[in-house]
Amino acid sequence: MPDLQSLLTVAGQVLHHPLVWTLLKIVLIVLPLLGAVAYLTLAERKVIGYMQVRLGPNRVGPLGLLQPIADALKLMTKEIVVPSDANSVLFVLAPVMIIMPAMAAWAVLPFSPDLVLANVDAGLLYVMAITSMGVYGVVVAGWASNSKYAFLGAMRSAAQIVAYEIAMGFALVGVLVMSHSLNLIDIVRAQQGPLGLFNWNIVPLFPLFLVYLISGVAETNRAPFDVAEGESEIVAGFHVEYSGMTFAVFFLAEYANMILVAALTSIMFLGGWLSPLDHIPFTDIALLPSGMPWLLLKTAGVLFLFLWFRATFPRYRYDQIMRLGWKVFIPIALVWLLVVATLMQAPLRHLPIINIWFH
Amino acid sequence: MIDFSVFVFYAFAAVLLAAGAGVIVSRNPVHAALWLVLAFFSGSGLWMLLEAEFLAISLVLVYVGAVMVLFLFVVMMLDINLDRLREGFWRYFPVGGLVALLMVGELVLASLSKNFATMGRNLPAAPADYSNTRELGMLLYTQYLYPFELAAVILLVAIVAAIALTLRRRTNTKYQNPAQQVRVKRADRVRMVDIASGETAE
Amino acid sequence: MSTIPNFAPAAAEILLLALVSLVLVIDLYIDQARRALTYYLSQGTVLLTVLVLVNHVNTAPVFTFSNMFVDDTLGRVLKVLVLLTVSVVFAYGRQYAEERDMLKGEFFSLILFATLGMMVLISANHFLTLYLGLELLALAQYALVALQRDSARATEAAMKYFVLGALASGLLLYGMSMIYGGTGSLNLQEVAQGLASGRVDHVVASVGLVFIVAGLAFKLGVVPFHMWIPDVYEGAPTAVTLFIGSAPKIAGVAFFVRMLGEGLAPLAHDWQQMLVLLAVVSMALGNITAIAQTNLKRMLAYSTISHMGFVLLGILAATQQGYAAATFYISTYTLMALGAFGVMLLLSRAGFEAEQLNDYKGLNKRNPWFALIMLLVMISMAGIPPSVGFFAKLSVLRAALDAGYTWLVVVAVLLSLIGAFYYLRVIKLMYMDEPEDTSPIGGDLDVRVLLSVNGLAVLLFGILPQPLLSLFNHAVVQSLR
Repeated sequence: MPDLQSLLTVAGQVLHHPLVWTLLKIVLIVLPLLGAVAYLTLAERKVIGYMQVRLGPNRVGPLGLLQPIADALKLMTKEIVVPSDANSVLFVLAPVMIIMPAMAAWAVLPFSPDLVLANVDAGLLYVMAITSMGVYGVVVAGWASNSKYAFLGAMRSAAQIVAYEIAMGFALVGVLVMSHSLNLIDIVRAQQGPLGLFNWNIVPLFPLFLVYLISGVAETNRAPFDVAEGESEIVAGFHVEYSGMTFAVFFLAEYANMILVAALTSIMFLGGWLSPLDHIPFTDIALLPSGMPWLLLKTAGVLFLFLWFRATFPRYRYDQIMRLGWKVFIPIALVWLLVVATLMQAPLRHLPIINIWFH
Repeated sequence: MIDFSVFVFYAFAAVLLAAGAGVIVSRNPVHAALWLVLAFFSGSGLWMLLEAEFLAISLVLVYVGAVMVLFLFVVMMLDINLDRLREGFWRYFPVGGLVALLMVGELVLASLSKNFATMGRNLPAAPADYSNTRELGMLLYTQYLYPFELAAVILLVAIVAAIALTLRRRTNTKYQNPAQQVRVKRADRVRMVDIASGETAE
Repeated sequence: MSTIPNFAPAAAEILLLALVSLVLVIDLYIDQARRALTYYLSQGTVLLTVLVLVNHVNTAPVFTFSNMFVDDTLGRVLKVLVLLTVSVVFAYGRQYAEERDMLKGEFFSLILFATLGMMVLISANHFLTLYLGLELLALAQYALVALQRDSARATEAAMKYFVLGALASGLLLYGMSMIYGGTGSLNLQEVAQGLASGRVDHVVASVGLVFIVAGLAFKLGVVPFHMWIPDVYEGAPTAVTLFIGSAPKIAGVAFFVRMLGEGLAPLAHDWQQMLVLLAVVSMALGNITAIAQTNLKRMLAYSTISHMGFVLLGILAATQQGYAAATFYISTYTLMALGAFGVMLLLSRAGFEAEQLNDYKGLNKRNPWFALIMLLVMISMAGIPPSVGFFAKLSVLRAALDAGYTWLVVVAVLLSLIGAFYYLRVIKLMYMDEPEDTSPIGGDLDVRVLLSVNGLAVLLFGILPQPLLSLFNHAVVQSLR
């Protein structure tokens, strides 16, 4: 009979096996993410509630804090209805196809200089590639449902996501040019400088920041670009036929994507984990030093913008969305890319003022 | 026990082949397109195994993320009748099969020969700070500058051709001019009418 | 590690690209009524490029862009010919395009892009640039064929052309990858060295060669890879047929010479046998099928196929004399094709395509001058002295004879005798028959003058072929080792 000592050694060995260790780290990222998603839904209802001068959910638990748990329980116990004549395999596969990229993209996201699951050199490309796969879930869901509303929603969504992905990609190329790297940690490091928050990419790349942020809203099918599920026109869009847990997964993916875009915005343009107060004397001791809390704070700030947009703007018309994506954002991004590339050239980048950002 | 990377190679290769077969045999064009997506994905995995990260991720980004979505888009909208497409399959099968056999035979002959086997065996190991992306960029803009620019011209021609063949200005459609919409003044829309009480507007 | 490449040898290509892009942008701001401006700008672009090309000619080949681009005399000569051909195409095709609502900026810019592709192809010294030049040319051609998109015939032709062209590209790429696998290089000289060293497995090399020759044959349109030619010639608008049937043939021959004559020269023994077969069946099928045609465009398509068979006679000699003869042949063929399609365009008018043989009945009574031009072109195509077509045939036959293919030469002469029948039938229709259609023949003055010059050139070079022949001999000797 093995004694406790050898049991612990074996456990340690198993734990340190690369496969087990990585799985453990994945769980450590995904579980808080799911928690964040749950409470983001509550935050959304609360924020919009206050903006509309009402209270929002306040019945389940103190201040309505247990509301997401109740929602989750309700959805889990509901029946999953598969419409007749629907393509049942793809119908069930679609939610999986949409949640998978929303989770997988987190693998390369650095939370602090040395807190990242996989420090990949081409991290930025990886994020773009993985997030671009989310559209399959939408398209397949719309098609497999065998429903006209769902199909129309899927068509709208596919065109919209592909259009805005291009603008987003160009905005990220600007970031790449600034930081000389595709590695997300290096991208944050490149934003470190003597001027604190004025060294962040948001200053030299402000047009690209706007393009990225707004495209991010469109990518996640959020208001005011949520024509894919526009309930006034096509009931609920691509997920109209889904119920119970399958519906919950779509919901989960949408909010996980929101958090992802917010975190990426923070990393690409808002200095990631860097503290805006780093170079103001005495504040670094009293307040938070650079690190993960700052990243989370910034992410939360961007998420608040998402909620604010939803409470403020009326829904865009579909042709206007396409026009904005193709004819406004892509040209803006391209022109600014040209400006950045020109300023990065040797004779220009040594000039005072310009050399603050372009070096 | 086999090497882990060898195991991964066979796994990806098996999925790739299965997906490729799926593309051909599935009766539903949407299924075929999705199988193709899986094939691209496995191919990208194989590239990743060769440490060509940039190419692997670009494959997913471009083909899976953009091209196949549009492809799927079109396939879903068209109601393709596969049974009609498959008419005459068995009639052409002997010829097609013969050509396929010939190709396989040639491939086997060619890849069995010693010249292919020796290639790639003594590749130098990459240094630690080796960046696949940077090296590719360096090559593209120095040694391969000319073909790279040519490829850009080909894409430009593709755009010109696609627009020339599809742009059709219809005369009877109504559309909005957003610039005009934004510039509209109150005077263009609202007319103030003085109405004495007790009377009706004209 | 990175040095700036020498851009000077490619000055013409760079200038052409810059000017095409400019034309493309300017055209956006021109309304339909002033579309002629695009025409003049395109002509200016072509002529400026010619000026840059003839400005300076190297005596020895100059390589640049990591040896992917070669600037030699042969290249310069062929490029100038291509550009002049394109200029004539613009002039002949303009009115036709205008009457058929095709005179859009894309008509010109696509042809100019195709021209750029041909120039890249002619100057290529690397499998990659050969392929990219070919694709640039082909892509623009597919779009040009489909430009009249409400015409079901044109759309069908474009579809066939596209599918078969893509297949040919695939074959070519497959063959190139085999050669690359064997020699480890894509550069033509290095491939030749690798193949000559004898270290390359013969199976790999010959499998690659088979695919490359098949791909090339597809692009040039020789039997048994000719299926697309008649349909595309007939289906495409005549102005586009004029283009497809002229300049790209020159580039196609340049492709053959570069690929087989330079890169795969050590395999000459293998590809000579393949080309013999291709040449014989092309000449036979082209000439015999052409007799059965009632549509002049289709007849000229089959005539093209037989002419390409003759060009292969020059190439398969695998000697400098042979390559010079092949390039001479293709240049004179281009001159004849321009003349034949030029007359066809002249006779066409809004709502009427002069493409049936019967439309040429009694042309002599309607317009004796252009009937004479057509006569010159037809006897030249048939290879009857004193036209240039005779000397073209003579030079390829002599090259084949010197290379020891006596029986092949006998077959070729017999087949060209058969071929003379259908050319002479056109002459008979023009001179012996009564016209069915008596509407006047239009055409602007510049087109009439150019077409006259074109027709007389066929005669002039027939009487004095020596300068042109020695130009090609000189170019080939200076360029190919």
